[in-house]
This record gives sequence, C-alpha cells and structure tokens, in this order.
Amino acid sequence: MNNAIFINSLRFVLLVLTQVLIFNTLNFLGFINPLIYVIFFYWYPLKSNRAIFMLTSFFLGFIIDIFSDTLALHSIAALTVAYARPVIMRFCFGVNYEFQNFSFKNTTKVQRVTFLALLVLLHQVIFFSFEALSFSHFLLILKKVFATGIVTLVLCTLFSSLFSPQS
Amino acid sequence: MQRIINFVLRNRNTFLYSFLMLISLSLTVRSHSYHQSKFFNSSKWLTGNVYGVAANVSSYFGLREENERLVQENERLRLLLFNAKEITAQQLDSAFTTNYEVFSANLIKNSFSSPRNYLTIDKGENQQVEQDMGVITTKGILGIVENASSNFATVQSVLNTKSNINAKIKNTNYFGSLIWDAQDYNVVQLIDIPRLVPLVVGDTIVTGAMSSIFPENIPIGVIKRYDLNTSRSFYNIDVELFNDMSNVKNVYLIKNKSRNEIKELEERTANE
Repeated sequence: MNNAIFINSLRFVLLVLTQVLIFNTLNFLGFINPLIYVIFFYWYPLKSNRAIFMLTSFFLGFIIDIFSDTLALHSIAALTVAYARPVIMRFCFGVNYEFQNFSFKNTTKVQRVTFLALLVLLHQVIFFSFEALSFSHFLLILKKVFATGIVTLVLCTLFSSLFSPQS
Repeated sequence: MQRIINFVLRNRNTFLYSFLMLISLSLTVRSHSYHQSKFFNSSKWLTGNVYGVAANVSSYFGLREENERLVQENERLRLLLFNAKEITAQQLDSAFTTNYEVFSANLIKNSFSSPRNYLTIDKGENQQVEQDMGVITTKGILGIVENASSNFATVQSVLNTKSNINAKIKNTNYFGSLIWDAQDYNVVQLIDIPRLVPLVVGDTIVTGAMSSIFPENIPIGVIKRYDLNTSRSFYNIDVELFNDMSNVKNVYLIKNKSRNEIKELEERTANE
C-alpha cells in the first residue's frame, strides 16, 4: 500500500515536470503541445477510492495550470476524466472490471489502447473547448483536438509500454 | 433526515465532482473576464524558480544566436549614437528629462500556442518591475506586464485574445486597436482603421501615441492582407509581426514615468 502511494506520488511529480518543462514547450508544427499527463489516469490503480482519485487528479491539473498560466483549464479536464473513468472502463473491459482479481494482465492490447484513446479524447475535448470558451472557434477546437489528440495518444502508448508497471 | 444523509453519502463522488468543478469553473470564468489570477500564476516563487533553472540550462543552446542578435543591436545603437550629436546637447540641458526608463530582463517561459498566452520573465518588484509596463524586444513589441511577484513577473503577450494595444500606420496619424484572433502566432489584427485611409500591403505598423504604456513608434509589423469589416466602414488588417514570437530570449521593459499622472488626470476627468 505504501509502495503504491510512493509510486503514484513520484509519478505525479515527474509527470508535472515532464509536462511543463518538455511538452508545454514542444510546439510541434507551431501548435501541438501533447498533454501526456493523461497517462496518470491510465496508470492509477484500478481498484481505489474514487474520491481520493478525483482529488489527486484535480491537484495534478491545478499544479499544471499554475505553471502554464491557464488557470483551472487543466483542472477541469483532469477532474472530468477522473470522474468518468469508471464509465469508460466499463465500456472498454465489460463487466469484468468489477471482479476482485481484475487487472491489466487479463485484458487485450486493443482494449487497453481503446481505454487510453477514450481518456485522451475526453480530456482533449474538455480542455480545448474550455480554452476557447466560445463556439465561434469550433473549427479551431476540432483541429486542435485531433492533431494534439493523435500525438498525445501515440506518446502515451509509447510511455505505457516503456514504463509498464507489470514488467 | 436519515434518507437525505444516505442520499448524500451514496452520491458523494458526484457531489465532490460538482464541488471541485464549481471551483475550477469560477476560476476559469474569472480569468477570462478579468485580470489573470493574482495568487496562482507562474510568477510565484516555486514555479518561477523551476522555470528559472530550466531556462538557465536551455539558454546555453541558443547563446551564439543570441549573441549575434545583440551584436547587431549594438551596431545599430552605435550608428545612432555617432550620427546624433544633438542627443548630447539635449542631455546637458537641465530642463530636458527623460520620460521613459528601460530595464532589461530574460524570458524564462515562452508560450504562443494557446488563445491566451502569458510569458514569464526573471525580474520582479525587487527590480522595480510593476504592472502595466511595456515589454519589447530588439525587433518589436512583445506585451504588457500583468502581474509581478518579488523576483518574477508574468507578461500578457500580444498573442492573447484579451490584449488590446493602440497602434497606427507609420508616418500617419490613423490609429486603431491591435488584437489577436488566436489563429496564427505570426499574425495579429489591426481593427478600427477607417476605410478612407489609403493602405498598401507591406506598410509598417507601429505603436500609437494614445497609449500610456508604450512610447510612440515602436515597430510592430507589416500589413499582410486587409479587407473591410462587415459594416464596410472600417478595415480589418492582418499584420505580420516583426518579432518571431517562438524565439525570444532577451527583452526590455519600458516604464513610463508620467503614466500615473496621466491615469490620475484621466480618472479625474471621467469622474467629473
């Protein structure tokens, strides 16, 4: 248990630093800044107290907000993803995920990528809609969601196989 | 009562979600309509220092380029100095006082891809930086100081949908407002120029005299494209910036000494 807390705190700090120091300054093609900290929601223990998970996610978003001067945009997106995670999990893994001994080991690769893709998509849609805060920029939002979403998904998939908790 | 408590307990996650959502929404809406939050921003001690360390490391990679730019500027300034003899004469005159003070600073955090961009610089109140000072680079304008902590300050970039700067066409007195439509980080928009003004693509746009933040005639960019707005009485002009907003390191802060006086006078006139 202590081990899990330690690992997640370490992830928290490292993800904040990677996000603000590397990926926020990436500006690939002029506007693509992948939001790779979404992988926190993917890595977070599947069986856990939802309230604590939501609070942690909120603070993760909030700290990134303070660093990037986008007050409360990342918080809103992170909080919503954390709140919606059980629903997305049920959609991807079926009722299986409610069993006691469920873990990522007994899921297929496709299921895991779908899970990650849905997390990323939801996060991007919320983040960029609130960033523009008007429907007159609909095309701009769409462009950013897709371009950034795809890069984020590719990077997150790479990260998840690089630093897999199972191995 | 028991049932109410049970209901709350059963839906406690939803309540927590709504509660945190409300907090973040109120922060978002406030930062959209009003000044950027005073308490949470990248000019604060922790965030500023993290960016400071990162900028220290990464600045080594751009030293050559930065040196070249500074040498070029020195060259230009020397040219001005040797050619303008009257400056020395003016300084000897005791009645002549300079209206603007200039400080230098380094950018430690740049941002240009979001609709509201804020930059962070490594000078703060301890170095006499305060709100509403103009920020420029060797090539042109950059933004306006929005918040200052003791050692760092955040700058509202011209690439910010809230930014609104007085600008005019060089060598004329037709002025308008400089805004940004969040589309392209090299292009800003100049609006409210009346349609009778003759325009040519490539004309230079500079800061106007109506601002108490920037001195007149600081370069901004050149006209890239123009058309009439929906009411067909004013131009919408796309201005290509001189500054490469993605590559900024050394900046200058401009303080208008008479700004407070101007503000006070304007307020008194408005209140009457």
